[in-house]
Amino acid sequence: MSKQSEMHLYAPGHSGCPGCGPSNALIQVCDTLGKDIIVVNATGCMEITSSQYPETAWRVPYIHSLFENAPAVASGVAAALKAAGNDHTKVVVIAGDGSTYDIGFGSFSGMLERGDNVLYVCYDNQLYANTGVQKSGATPYGAATTTTVVGKVHKGKETERKPIMEIVAAHGAQYCASASIAYYADLQMKLKKAKAVKGPSFVVIDAPCCLGAGFDGAITMKVSKLSVAARLWFLYEIENGQYKMNFNPANPKPVKEPLELQKRFKHLSPEQIEHIQRMANLNYETLLEKSGMKPPAAPSQPPAPPSQAPPQAPQPTPAKA
Amino acid sequence: MAVNCKLDVVACYPITPTTHLTEELNKYYADGKIPEYITVEAEFSAISALIGASATGARTFTTTGGQGLLYMHEPLFSAAGMRLPIVMLVGNRAVSSPLNIWNDEQDSISQRDTGWIQIYCKNNQEAVDTIPQAFYIAEKILLPVMVCVDGHYLTHAVEQVDVADESIVQKFLPPYKYPLKLDPENPVSLGVYANPTHYQIFREDIMKDMESSKELILEAGKKWGQLTGREYGLIREYMVADADRVIVGVGSLIDNVITVVNELRENGEKVGALHLRVFRPFPREELKKALAGKKVAVIDRDISIGGAAPIFVEVAEALNGTKAEVSSFYGGLGGRGIKRTHIRDVFEKMKKGARREWIATEAPKSAMSG
Repeated sequence: MSKQSEMHLYAPGHSGCPGCGPSNALIQVCDTLGKDIIVVNATGCMEITSSQYPETAWRVPYIHSLFENAPAVASGVAAALKAAGNDHTKVVVIAGDGSTYDIGFGSFSGMLERGDNVLYVCYDNQLYANTGVQKSGATPYGAATTTTVVGKVHKGKETERKPIMEIVAAHGAQYCASASIAYYADLQMKLKKAKAVKGPSFVVIDAPCCLGAGFDGAITMKVSKLSVAARLWFLYEIENGQYKMNFNPANPKPVKEPLELQKRFKHLSPEQIEHIQRMANLNYETLLEKSGMKPPAAPSQPPAPPSQAPPQAPQPTPAKA
Repeated sequence: MAVNCKLDVVACYPITPTTHLTEELNKYYADGKIPEYITVEAEFSAISALIGASATGARTFTTTGGQGLLYMHEPLFSAAGMRLPIVMLVGNRAVSSPLNIWNDEQDSISQRDTGWIQIYCKNNQEAVDTIPQAFYIAEKILLPVMVCVDGHYLTHAVEQVDVADESIVQKFLPPYKYPLKLDPENPVSLGVYANPTHYQIFREDIMKDMESSKELILEAGKKWGQLTGREYGLIREYMVADADRVIVGVGSLIDNVITVVNELRENGEKVGALHLRVFRPFPREELKKALAGKKVAVIDRDISIGGAAPIFVEVAEALNGTKAEVSSFYGGLGGRGIKRTHIRDVFEKMKKGARREWIATEAPKSAMSG
């Protein structure tokens, strides 16, 4: 073991895939937050690959109970620390998008409403990886998973992702941030800010799953970077209700670029890609506006996704008389 | 009483028939007598929060019943598997569907395999006495304890009880120290993943410790007796030794059985009552010793649809090979009171050999009557 790896609070030797985005997120999260934390982990890849008895990758205190109760467990840990007069140790939930957006959502909402002193970190790989790539509430439009299969009638996921940042901010959480594993300095800054909050704070991290999204683990960082560059993922904060875009790529890449790298999008029709591009543009405009970087535009409806019905044969254009 | 045990963290969600206890505990919090009270958004989170708090070294308590207990089902396994000494008061209530808020024991009997110690109290004096004993047992063996009291019959009964004061409880109950608590000074990983090589070893361990908790339950009951004059055990026999017919049951039902035993004894009938106070761990040997060779009727206010009544099954298994003749009577569901006439009827029917049947309770005159 090198000296460098000994320094990581999330230790090498875990059984995450080579190129695993979430495993990388955990190294960055633990190293940034330091030793004085208690990690509450939800069931998922990061639990299975980090804590197989009798081994553990955690050099910080760690507890896992179930898939859907990490926020409530964290509330209990925070209450116990408070009862014992400990006002320095930070309780940190580490949960995937399946746990956060879906099965643990009620528990998460309760924790936010109570104002418990917990930093909630969601590593968002946009699918249920642990059970073998199923659709979650974070799966983007068009993505193929094992429960949004591309067939003759249905062509991948038919709805958009849940706007989790807005949902958490709407609970009144003082600090919410959207980050990416590929932008370490930005992620570090956000984790430190979130840790300093007395009350609930939230950091959601784009952490692509090479196995689930279908790309070589060697390009995980590239995929996350390109998602940001193509406005499929944004680096921004909502602090006390104020939006701030942290990175505004000057020459955005077409969404096609990150999509093309991932097998889950291989089937997309030009219409579907066009829809994703329109949504990316709209989300960007909306965020600019909310961040006070652009005057508000006239309200508009988000574009409807293309029909899932089989494409019609093009109608012959009537010849001009 | 729970408050006298110096609680650190309480997490509660309101549900009939324990809502008033939830409220009462919050009053203590409001007055600063309970340091932390988490107003969770569901019972599922109540028990989950206590899992976190208990693992961080806090003494924890909650209360629920009926649907609330069923909603806790998954974390109940987790709490026991993680060896967390949480104590919970259950107000026993029927379960949906149809919806019903009145008493039977279906809720907690359905949790029998979760790894929680289960103690069924026959009256409110026993309930208040059992809470400190529950902490004593839980914290020594590192298993959670459910203290079960009949919804409405006990939770809403006004009885005079002697509540042991704080000095007695402090003498009885040592301060809580969880040996593997979450602490940045000494990091541990709790609730880890175990593959087929190790998983069963954990389950064998918990089974063994549950079995050995019997001695601890007796020790707690005896110590409590020395301090208060009220001693408790795994079972309580009432005129069982010379009886030829004995009714076995849990909860408040047993006081009615005792009344009938007194009446029938006056007529020279050799009958007895046996209060099964502890259902998990199941006091197999004690029952065998007390009931071998007798005619025994088990009254279950809980059923297993498509199978035999749960408490009956366990008693019959314990008495297998002792020449005891074990009958199963089940009913009293959803607040249908089992009255003395029904109990007399059971004692009468037992004479005619082993049987399995419903207790023919009549429908109450109004929805609100027992």
